Amino acid sequence: MSLSPRPAPVDPRDLGGPAQPLLIVRDLKKHFPLKKTGFGLRRERLAVRAVDGVSFTLLKGETLGVVGESGCGKSTTARLLMQLTRQDSGELVFDGQTVGDVLPLREYRRQTQMVFQDSYASLNPRMTIEDSIAFGPAVHGVSRADALGRAHDLLARVGLEPGRFAGRYPHELSGGQRQRVNIARALALEPRLIILDESVSALDKSVEAQVLNLLADLKEALGLTYVFISHDLNVVRYVSDRVLVMYLGEVVEVGAAEALFERPLHPYTGALLRSMPSTDPLRRTEEAPLAGDPPNPIAPPSGCRFHTRCEHAQAVCAQRAPRFVEVEPGRSVACLRYEADSGYALPPTPSQETHHV
Amino acid sequence: MLGYLLRRLLYALPIMLGVAFLCFMLVHIAPGDPLVSILPADASAELQRQMMRVYGFDRPLPEQFLRWVWRALHGDLGTSIATSRPVTGEVLKAVGNTLMIAVLASLIGFSLGSLFGFVAGYFRNSWADRLASLVSVIGVSLPNYWLGMVLVIVFSAQLMWLPATGAGPGGSGDWRWDWAHFQYLILPAVTMSFIPMGIVARTVRALVADTLAQEFVIGLRARGLSEGGVLRHVVKNCAPTALAVVGLQLGYLLGGSILIETVFAWPGTGFLLNQAIFQRDLPLLQGSILILALFFVLLNLLVDVLQTVLDPRIERG
Amino acid sequence: MTAAIHTSVTPAAPGVVRSRSHLANVLHRLVRNPLAMVSAGIILLLILMAVFAPWIMPHDPFATSMLKRLKPIGTPGLPLGGDELGRDLLSRLILGARLSLFMGIAPVILAFILGGTLGIIAGYAGGWLNTVIMRCIDVLYAFPSVLLAIALSGALGAGITNALVSLTIVFVPQIARIAESVTTAVRRSDYVDAARASGASALLIVRKQVLGNVIGPIFVYATSLISVSMILASGLSFLGLGVKPPEPEWGLMLNTLRTAIYSQPWVAALPGLLIFITSVSFNMLADGLRSAMEVKQ
Repeated sequence: MSLSPRPAPVDPRDLGGPAQPLLIVRDLKKHFPLKKTGFGLRRERLAVRAVDGVSFTLLKGETLGVVGESGCGKSTTARLLMQLTRQDSGELVFDGQTVGDVLPLREYRRQTQMVFQDSYASLNPRMTIEDSIAFGPAVHGVSRADALGRAHDLLARVGLEPGRFAGRYPHELSGGQRQRVNIARALALEPRLIILDESVSALDKSVEAQVLNLLADLKEALGLTYVFISHDLNVVRYVSDRVLVMYLGEVVEVGAAEALFERPLHPYTGALLRSMPSTDPLRRTEEAPLAGDPPNPIAPPSGCRFHTRCEHAQAVCAQRAPRFVEVEPGRSVACLRYEADSGYALPPTPSQETHHV
Repeated sequence: MLGYLLRRLLYALPIMLGVAFLCFMLVHIAPGDPLVSILPADASAELQRQMMRVYGFDRPLPEQFLRWVWRALHGDLGTSIATSRPVTGEVLKAVGNTLMIAVLASLIGFSLGSLFGFVAGYFRNSWADRLASLVSVIGVSLPNYWLGMVLVIVFSAQLMWLPATGAGPGGSGDWRWDWAHFQYLILPAVTMSFIPMGIVARTVRALVADTLAQEFVIGLRARGLSEGGVLRHVVKNCAPTALAVVGLQLGYLLGGSILIETVFAWPGTGFLLNQAIFQRDLPLLQGSILILALFFVLLNLLVDVLQTVLDPRIERG
Repeated sequence: MTAAIHTSVTPAAPGVVRSRSHLANVLHRLVRNPLAMVSAGIILLLILMAVFAPWIMPHDPFATSMLKRLKPIGTPGLPLGGDELGRDLLSRLILGARLSLFMGIAPVILAFILGGTLGIIAGYAGGWLNTVIMRCIDVLYAFPSVLLAIALSGALGAGITNALVSLTIVFVPQIARIAESVTTAVRRSDYVDAARASGASALLIVRKQVLGNVIGPIFVYATSLISVSMILASGLSFLGLGVKPPEPEWGLMLNTLRTAIYSQPWVAALPGLLIFITSVSFNMLADGLRSAMEVKQ
């Protein structure tokens, strides 16, 4: 059950209308240099290539799901989107304005917020709930009384009674309650974009459902746009309009949620989906669809990074890196099978075979 | 592994240089003329200038520093103003004396401290634990020079079992490993051992208690290992850290021996330092502090390296 | 300029349940620790003794008398005996509390401010600033404390100010190290990231989010240094490098009474006993504070 992208309620800060993407991400790269190995004159500068050229567009009012295995660069991408880490290269364009350039960072931060995974670590243990929520508005000049008032409003909105929770400390709340507080804190600055980095992963299933419903309600009421990062494919399918699949620091496939789940194009996406244990007793999962561990992000495989685990790999896959191409409207893949003139030998189609008869 | 060693050594070099610089600057932050202890107050200006040249005090500071370092690297730390003997020789002789009581103190401190700490950690929250904790707190709270005085009062003045001061019946000149000389060693060493004892006891107690609380010990016992066997495991786990602590304490004892050596008139580096300060013997002061500080840096390095070798769990990047 | 997506701003609801703050919790636990409270009581007594010394002293601490030299405890007119110059030991001990306590506590306070600031800056800023600050600290840290104190005092000369300066310099590196380590850990936490994400400046984040989490451990460490400072300070006076005679200070008194250990051993030992008691009390209090803070919330 996914919500189709609705046009956002008219936001005075909106610049380009519904047609303009809320966020354009262009070729983000972030490498983390390792400590120098060995001693002597020749020192190899190895780096973890966490995010290696990620590009995508985010439309207003949609929920973009981001999936991938651990180590694929999801969290680093989230931090880059929040500018908590600066990219080595690449740019972000928010509603037509380049972040850091035309759009000052401080302004960008008012419009983009994040809900972290660890609900406990993301709240200051020495600050009361209301103080934590009121911090953001206070930074931007809201008076303390107003900021606290807003904090109480938001607490009510996320389903926590202000009288009971505002004066408490994080350790006194349960995980689900803390995550609601985190959501309230993210909303305090009235953002347009919220990045949810594994925000429900640490919650019990029943609590998770409540929080997801809350997120859906808020999105509709406030006209928000979400980037929903998760490793839980079922949840992603449930909440997302479109889905983006990452592997080893790169985007491998993007498409509408239902279409991508029904008919995955990239071999990795297919393997990921097949690795979800089936709940149908008649269709049991017999074999692990993906073999081995993901390769080392320090020295990724040559050519297509997935070729070492791909069932369709051919020799050319080790030599040539695929480009990210739009295969159908709204569907893009980075795979040599879908790239014309890539050197990949496609199996002959039935129509071709009859020719030779 | 070798890489780590080399990096650690490389890292110690700028520290040592910094230490040397600080020692050098000590003389120059001292108020008054550096020559005030050599020259009489009414010395002529000509004589003053001459002495400045002889000692090199008329050169610019960076040059003085480099010259001093250069000479130090060759083992020449200047001449003591008071005794006119080379500083290096005086200090090294004194270091030997200090090492005697420091090593003995460390041994006493380590053995007794480990014993107390082990008992305390094993019998957690029992009276033995509280007693050991008390001993440990007392150990670190005692002013050691006062303890020295009290021990002298009890064992020398009142009971007359042990001599009060000095390093031997004939002064510090000759040393022999016999009881006549050894008895001079006892009081200073015992006094010195209290602080290391306190610290080792505290550390070992925490270590033993932590290790025993770990799940692998429950596993060992469940598999029927005798209590002695369990204890052996505990000791193996705790030994590297305990040794490291003692090693560091030895360094502190070496550096901080001045107070005890003053009480007992023990002719070690501390005593030398005391003389240097009160006679304003700046080359001696500089030289002894330099040697002691460098000793400490090297000792830390050694302890660090040994810990890495002994305890494979410590991962050094 | 706030966008009017939602507009309701109501005043804070009255009757909000308020939990006890962290500090209140720590004090609550500390008060229930008998050892810590006894130690705190002893320290309070000593401080009061120092503050009200001129009114408590039975005799003039500076009045010398050849006849009263080295008299034992209990001599009429000399409740705790006479020192090597015939002065009343009790009065000198009481007045000596002022300098001894001051020399013990003041360097730690100064080092707390200086070292704490340096460490927090280094810890939050990271990068080259951190490296520069910490390497300089490391050079000082490379000396054993006693040696550094004596070296600095020896070079600067005797006197209270000089001793204060050298002791402060000895403790700054230790406190700075703790401060840097704790601040670095806090800097990495998600809530600091969240604060950065709301657009706050570094100074604001340090003030409002980091300080509250960092001051506690640094403070606890500093209190554990007070007893060390007392022993070092009196040690400096013992060597003749700190307080100058005829000012009464417990360490200096130990020095001048040293020759009396054969004739009046217990009189000679008294000043050291006071140092010991003060030191133990501060240590116990510091331990109690540490336990009170360590309870996992």
